[in-house]
Amino acid sequence: MSLRDKYQPVIGLEVHCQMLTISKAFVGDSAEFGDLPNTNVSVITLAHPGALPKANKTAVEFAMKIGLACGSEISRYNEYARKNYYYPDLPKGYQITQDKHPICIGGKVKIKLNDGSYREVQLNRIHMEEDAGKSIHIDGETDTLVDYNRAGVPLIEMVSEPDLFSSDEAYQFLTEVRKLVRYLEICDGNMEEGSLRCDANISVMLKGSKTLGKKVEVKNMNSIRNVQRAIEHEIDRQIDQLEKGETIISETRTFDAGTGKTASMRTKEEMNDYRYFPEPDLQPIIVSEEWLTNIRSAMPPLPNYLLDKFQKQYGLPEYDAYVLTDNKEIALFFEEICGKTTNYKAASNWVMGPVKSFLNELTLHIKDYPVTPAKLAELIELVDSRKVSHTAAQQTIYPEMLISPAKTPLQLAKELNILQDSNSDSLLPIIKSVLAEMPAKVAEYRGGKKGILGLFMGEVMRRSKGKADPKLASELVIKELDSIE
Amino acid sequence: MKRFNSLTEIRKEILSGNLTCETLVNYYLENINKKKHLNVFLEVYSEEALKEAKLIDAKLKNGTAGKLAGMVIGIKDVISHKGHGLQAASQILNGFEAQFNATVIDRLLREDAIIIGRQNCDEFAMGSSNENSSFGPVLNDADNTCVPGGSSGGSAVAVQADFCLASLGSDTGGSVRQPASFCGVIGLKPTYSRISRWGLVAYASSFDCIGIFTRSIEDNALLLEIIAGADDFDSTVSFKEVEQYSKGFPIPKKLKIGYLKEGIGNGVSASVKEKTLGSIAKLKAQGHDLHEVEIPFLDYILPVYYILTTAEASSNLSRFDGVRYGHRTKEQTDLLGMYKKSRAEGFGEEVKKRIMLGTFVLSASYYDAYYTKAQKVRRLIKDKTDELLAEFDFIIMPSAPTTAFKINQFSKDALAMYLADVFTVQANIAGIPAISIPNGVDSNGMPIGLQIISASFTENKLLSFSDYLLNLN
Repeated sequence: MSLRDKYQPVIGLEVHCQMLTISKAFVGDSAEFGDLPNTNVSVITLAHPGALPKANKTAVEFAMKIGLACGSEISRYNEYARKNYYYPDLPKGYQITQDKHPICIGGKVKIKLNDGSYREVQLNRIHMEEDAGKSIHIDGETDTLVDYNRAGVPLIEMVSEPDLFSSDEAYQFLTEVRKLVRYLEICDGNMEEGSLRCDANISVMLKGSKTLGKKVEVKNMNSIRNVQRAIEHEIDRQIDQLEKGETIISETRTFDAGTGKTASMRTKEEMNDYRYFPEPDLQPIIVSEEWLTNIRSAMPPLPNYLLDKFQKQYGLPEYDAYVLTDNKEIALFFEEICGKTTNYKAASNWVMGPVKSFLNELTLHIKDYPVTPAKLAELIELVDSRKVSHTAAQQTIYPEMLISPAKTPLQLAKELNILQDSNSDSLLPIIKSVLAEMPAKVAEYRGGKKGILGLFMGEVMRRSKGKADPKLASELVIKELDSIE
Repeated sequence: MKRFNSLTEIRKEILSGNLTCETLVNYYLENINKKKHLNVFLEVYSEEALKEAKLIDAKLKNGTAGKLAGMVIGIKDVISHKGHGLQAASQILNGFEAQFNATVIDRLLREDAIIIGRQNCDEFAMGSSNENSSFGPVLNDADNTCVPGGSSGGSAVAVQADFCLASLGSDTGGSVRQPASFCGVIGLKPTYSRISRWGLVAYASSFDCIGIFTRSIEDNALLLEIIAGADDFDSTVSFKEVEQYSKGFPIPKKLKIGYLKEGIGNGVSASVKEKTLGSIAKLKAQGHDLHEVEIPFLDYILPVYYILTTAEASSNLSRFDGVRYGHRTKEQTDLLGMYKKSRAEGFGEEVKKRIMLGTFVLSASYYDAYYTKAQKVRRLIKDKTDELLAEFDFIIMPSAPTTAFKINQFSKDALAMYLADVFTVQANIAGIPAISIPNGVDSNGMPIGLQIISASFTENKLLSFSDYLLNLN
């Protein structure tokens, strides 16, 4: 038995998502990422004396959307709170956040486990807050520079219960959360740029134990993969400590992606007392039934809904449904094709295959994909009605469609002269002459050597310049062979 | 030149050609210069005020002048006035220049008021005597050995000593009414949220109110009418329609008026008690219905006030950290050292004391015992006060238990000075409007004030009743 089998890891995640609002959470300054430093900084952002915050309604609506998507209870009474601490990138000396009255209470995120089954991970809450600015330390310089453009950009923080039990589950959870915020178009989900951030609370306990071990918070992971690595390392480190008879200290540790290890930042004794209290400069936000209904009715389709629909309504294998719903735009593109053809599996194959590889190769977004869903549906129909072969569709027509997206597949098939011959009147003379020229082979066939059918077929296809409908041709060849006396 | 008591008087003189805004500003500037020792202004905008005066004189001639043309006004150094110094009488904001106008400043300027300067006050509006200013105390013009009250001491003395016709101050626990009382002028603290706080340096956000000092009720009403009302920049401001306070409110023949039991009780000086009783008698003689009332939860009023205001202040003043503006220590140190030294050097003793108190009551181990409990009691006091004011048209009491005390009198006993706020603090806890009007003088000629409180958003009634009572006196 390995040591890992002796212990049960328990993980809770805190995920910060930067909202894609035009302006900041409590001021009209632009929330745009990547502008020149300190260009989106009014007296409110810079916390001049006498400046007051004003809540951005869109940021509240974004938070309501993620709550609805997770099945959280949306609080009708929302209070902002101040979290007090000093840091140069925090202009007011406090962060406006939510404490006792978060906008979303509870909720679940459905994740897929390694064995293929699904599990719903419990959320504790989702609350709204504002981001801090960015401290920039330049190597060799003693001064720290601060860019306040990000200060005040709206965030939501999703806090899970300690309801994840492996680094894989944490990975799946984050993947689902990222998918959700992207579907809702409230956050771009980019961990490298920091618009999605994750802190992990990790503890281990002996299997079967009822009491959780001391938790350690790990920060500074800039990809989902690194969250997984940090958790893996932390589990090992904690087990190692316990096996050595040492105790785990409640502390905050930082992850180093280079070494794959965590290192202590501060212990609990050194932690801030944030002195939360209700923000007196902002009115509580009251969510009316009407407001909530409006947000609910404007919700886009969500990944789990589409995952289910693609399997049940379109009869797709789970794998297909999973791949197709990974990205909202691709899922919706696929949906559009399905509105124009009933060959859903073919549609799925086209999207998962040629479409996705085209996008991947050129690192394009689906909105820049040249071929419309309608034209892809036509191409599928062309194959299904046996007007072109699947091979011709994929290897000849499709590349042309990418070049001339205005033309229909039928037009292109005609221009390329590859419309299949599905006419027995024109095929029969070719077949007859092929068979007439190969009497010996015909005899062999009739003698029981059915395997040489391919030989005749190859010749027929060659003489028809590939335009013969293979299925029809093969039927006719067999019929002709059988009818020769 | 004779002393003007209202804008109407000034406008009459201007209209008859005997006065221009320019001569008026010069008159006030002379008065200021004559009594520099009162230490009222931190900065006087002489040239700017004279330039403005000429422009407004021209506007008055061609009939395009605003409602406040001829009004020369001073601003407490806690109100943001673009392009001018703003430092809440603190060294932590040394050299700071305001980047924007407070809503009240915009509204004053739009109606052609002339701002003559920024006025001394207790540092960050924390104090009851104006002794906590980093620029030294303001002196009472009635007796230069006495305080003017605080925290808006400079603003009160400016009106008392005829340095301007009106002042804007701020009132978090009595900072307009108590100095008005000590200086014999009118001081109004309107309902919380009646006036936008945009541009008011925050002391305790849920208590802070901009208040108005004048010599006449009509000026007070006119100024309130102009500066009050909804504002996009303050989400806590009321959307309630602003009444035409300057038009007044008819006073009914028989009012139900309460007078505070403690206001004529043991803690009140003989002269103040006498004048208060005098007012009660006059009102009775007019046929009004007077009853003795008690302040609800009297013993809890000051603790609740000091817990909640210091809690909010400790957070509101965090922005003064030496990072982006204001004072930063010259000493080379690390980040934590920079914070500590900058703030230790920049803030005065009273401010530090309140920041520490506030930090303490918000700290994790004491939060529920202090902050949470104080919030609950605040709610109780507010509900009880609202109930009382639903029953009574007005409740009257002295604005302060005594007349202006001596400078340094309480320097060793801060608590005794805190106790002097007992009558004014209730209005800030409950958010109701309150006014201090002159109510005679004591045997030394020191002014006495009478405070009147009424239900939320009844400023119109409150001002008209004040006028009525002043005329009775």
